[in-house]
Amino acid sequence: MTSPLIRGYEVVIGFETHAQLSTASKIFSRASTAFGAEPNTQACAVDLALPGTLPVMNKGAVERAIRLGLALGSHIAPRSVFARKNYFYPDLPKGYQISQYEIPVVQGGSVSFFVGEEQRTVRLVRAHLEEDAGKSLHEDFVGQSGIDLNRAGTPLLEIVTEPDMRSTAEAVAYARELHKIVTWIGICDGNMQEGSFRCDANVSVRRPGQPLGTRREIKNLNSFKFMQQAIDYEIRWQIEEIEEGRAIQQATVLFDPDTGETRAMRTKEDAADYRYFPDPDLPPLAIAAEWIERVRADMPELPRAMAERYVREHGLSDYDASQLTQSVALAHYFQSAVAAGANAKLASNWITGEIARRLNQQDIGIADAPVTAVQLATLIGRISDGTISNNAARQVFDALWTGEGREVDAVIEAKGLKQMSDTGALEKIIDQVLAANQKNIDEYRAGKDKAFNALVGQVMKASQGKANPAQVNALLKARLD
Amino acid sequence: MSAELHEMGVTALAAALRERKVSAAEAAEHHLARIRQHQDLGAFLAVDEDLTLGQARAADARIAAGTAGPLTGVPIAHKDIFVTADLPTTAGSRMLAGYRSPFDATVVHRLGDAGAVTLGKLSCDEFAMGSANENVAVPAVGAAAPIPVRNPWDRSRIPGGSSGGSAAAVAARLTPAATGTDTGGSIRQPASFCGVTGIKPTYGRASRYGMVAFASSLDQAGPMARSAEDCALLLSTMCAPDPDRDSTSLDTPAEDFSRSLGNSLDGLRIGVPREFLGDGVAPGVRAVVEAALAEYEKLGARRVEITLPRTELSIPVYYVLAAAEASSNLSRFDGVKFGHRASNYRDLADMYAKTREEGFGDEVKRRIMIGTYVLSHGYYDAYYLQAQKVRRMIADDFQRAFGECDLIAGPVAPSVAWKIGEHGGDPVADYLADIFTLPASLAGLPGMSVPAGFDGGMPVGLQLIGNYFGEAKLLNAAHRFQQATDFHLRQPEGI
Repeated sequence: MTSPLIRGYEVVIGFETHAQLSTASKIFSRASTAFGAEPNTQACAVDLALPGTLPVMNKGAVERAIRLGLALGSHIAPRSVFARKNYFYPDLPKGYQISQYEIPVVQGGSVSFFVGEEQRTVRLVRAHLEEDAGKSLHEDFVGQSGIDLNRAGTPLLEIVTEPDMRSTAEAVAYARELHKIVTWIGICDGNMQEGSFRCDANVSVRRPGQPLGTRREIKNLNSFKFMQQAIDYEIRWQIEEIEEGRAIQQATVLFDPDTGETRAMRTKEDAADYRYFPDPDLPPLAIAAEWIERVRADMPELPRAMAERYVREHGLSDYDASQLTQSVALAHYFQSAVAAGANAKLASNWITGEIARRLNQQDIGIADAPVTAVQLATLIGRISDGTISNNAARQVFDALWTGEGREVDAVIEAKGLKQMSDTGALEKIIDQVLAANQKNIDEYRAGKDKAFNALVGQVMKASQGKANPAQVNALLKARLD
Repeated sequence: MSAELHEMGVTALAAALRERKVSAAEAAEHHLARIRQHQDLGAFLAVDEDLTLGQARAADARIAAGTAGPLTGVPIAHKDIFVTADLPTTAGSRMLAGYRSPFDATVVHRLGDAGAVTLGKLSCDEFAMGSANENVAVPAVGAAAPIPVRNPWDRSRIPGGSSGGSAAAVAARLTPAATGTDTGGSIRQPASFCGVTGIKPTYGRASRYGMVAFASSLDQAGPMARSAEDCALLLSTMCAPDPDRDSTSLDTPAEDFSRSLGNSLDGLRIGVPREFLGDGVAPGVRAVVEAALAEYEKLGARRVEITLPRTELSIPVYYVLAAAEASSNLSRFDGVKFGHRASNYRDLADMYAKTREEGFGDEVKRRIMIGTYVLSHGYYDAYYLQAQKVRRMIADDFQRAFGECDLIAGPVAPSVAWKIGEHGGDPVADYLADIFTLPASLAGLPGMSVPAGFDGGMPVGLQLIGNYFGEAKLLNAAHRFQQATDFHLRQPEGI
């Protein structure tokens, strides 16, 4: 793909994503990581940095890092090193954050995804383990700040890309794909509102062929919508600055959803010297090959592999297969329907069509869909075996979705939607229709195909929609040809 | 009986308690009375007599019930670097004045589980930074203001540091034993200066959980007592894996260090580094070390001349690395969560600045500044990284040396204890005095100080350094020496 240019500028975007790992306890202590508890009730002596406390690595966090590395084809370092990032802030209890600096646990790898029809690949630089800080609460405290250390010590995986993205659409597609992968492999709950998946976008622009421009980093993008708006705004702002002869200053910026603008928090001049050095409280993190193999054996089928399998096994289109593998839950729903006997293509059409539309409308996930995969399979079965027409199926589906009915067959029965399978009755209707529409018969015989369709329509209407259209077609043809 | 109680060491007292010749309550009361009597030494920062007597009565009940552990009823005092739930913990700093930990350090907990009765908390240099115990910033028990700990052998002299309170208390028979911590010599040097026996185990054998951190890659806990036999008993309790609390704790199983006491020293090769007996060593100290080596030869050991060529470099290496780690370890003392906070400040930065300005003493600030400097962008490679490389070389030098010998021996310090104020606040004079204890610390090796004689009436310790996990061999060598000599039994006058 050639890079799309905006006013003659090429856009360059790199991402740093903080994925909160789904461990029950913190990365270096045994306190709970559950969200939403009363302030400071989930901070133990280690999280409070009480004198004499020491960090002990949570193996679950390491295992999740290994899972990501395996999912993205990265090198998993047999030996990685925790370092201290030193700075003072009230919600940083130790006065340093334990992170990984020179030798991260996950190195390299890539994320592939579609932007429209085009496949793109973004290379990863690294993913490293680190602890989160607490929260400073500036509201509700007149002239003071409150500190909540519940989040302090929550395990994070910081996932850093190369500056490989060339448009907002590509950046958002990358973030969506990464979000899908971390939730798919179960290392992160993906809840962006609660801050479980936070993205920082490094954005710069340049004339094609020129060296990289100065970047500005948009911090803490916690929804895909804001991500799109923020990057779009930032690109426009940077181009305008350059066009007006002003140089871009390296800076960290925040996006304000209310104004739709980004504004600088700090510039490079205020950049702190973090005095990184290896944490003497933690020996280097050793990951033996056997550990990696144990994790590998426990890995689920990844979405891309699953989508390829759907294309191969069920003859689905690439697009439909990728739609069905947007989440584990959705893929599971599809597979359950197929396992319950549904035709895969029809199931795919229903899920990516009617069901997706309704989920969207109600803003709920597939797990909350009122129609189960087994019900869907039964419904599709009734279409396939000719019991009901497609139109009737939609009515049945609606009844199931709204809770009006629970059993597919009972709904068909109650609504009288069964197609007419009795040939004698249908012949009778056809006789009446033919007798009343000699003009259409003549036109058809004169070569007008349209006239045949009109006859089919009449028969369907006379049957109150219960006739099987294929059967009507066949019988009419037999009578007229 | 009471008159002799304080002359009994840990082993003897434990036996007397088991045989019910003396009760734990009697032992506790006797030592508490001595602590009151010798408050002028400044050795204790916290005492809680009710707490101690309560523990002693519980110990007596265990003895009566036949459920006593190896140390049940034996009084012990802890360096104020170990956090304790029942007594305040200050680390000798204004920063932690009045601080109370919600938990006990692992070492304190283990000794308590073995039955030891806590007499109180012992003075030390602020955050264990010092060689003279002159840097303590909180008042001692019975004193209105901070006072330096005095050496029981000559009260005008320092006891050494940073475990100066521990060494002085053991030497003055205020407690049969004390815990200490050793980062660059803080157990061995005060033990030498006060004529007591002290051992720092291999780095990682004793849990650091609950030790107020100074330099994490160097800090180690160890016992200080009258004899190697007593130290072996205590160290066997103190050392055990603590994987759920301290990631640097080794998974080497606990060991009974008393078991090999009494082994023959026949053929033991004692390496004497030529760098340890150079011109910088006081003649009186050298004479004591030479005499001790001669004693060892009489016991069957063989003297081997070795070299530790980077001995001098250990001073700059240590003062770069320890300061670097300290600068980061002490960042948590920011006035936000616990400890001192300035009462007047304009904003957050001012609160940090004033809190740390008021809370830390000069030596602590000096090391924070050195540490911050050596970790700074542009200086890291030249200082921190270079020091790490030399540290590795120093460790390698020891491994080469242990190819030729089984133990290394030499002086603990170049001199005996100096006069209080003698270094006149010159930190470098203090730093240089650490030259013989720093190499083993940097290499993570076990080391001990064994009373070996006197120079001008002041005790001189012989330093013994073992290879990794060589504690049993070290303690046996010290024990055999103590069976042949009586330096460890001598007592200061007026005690």
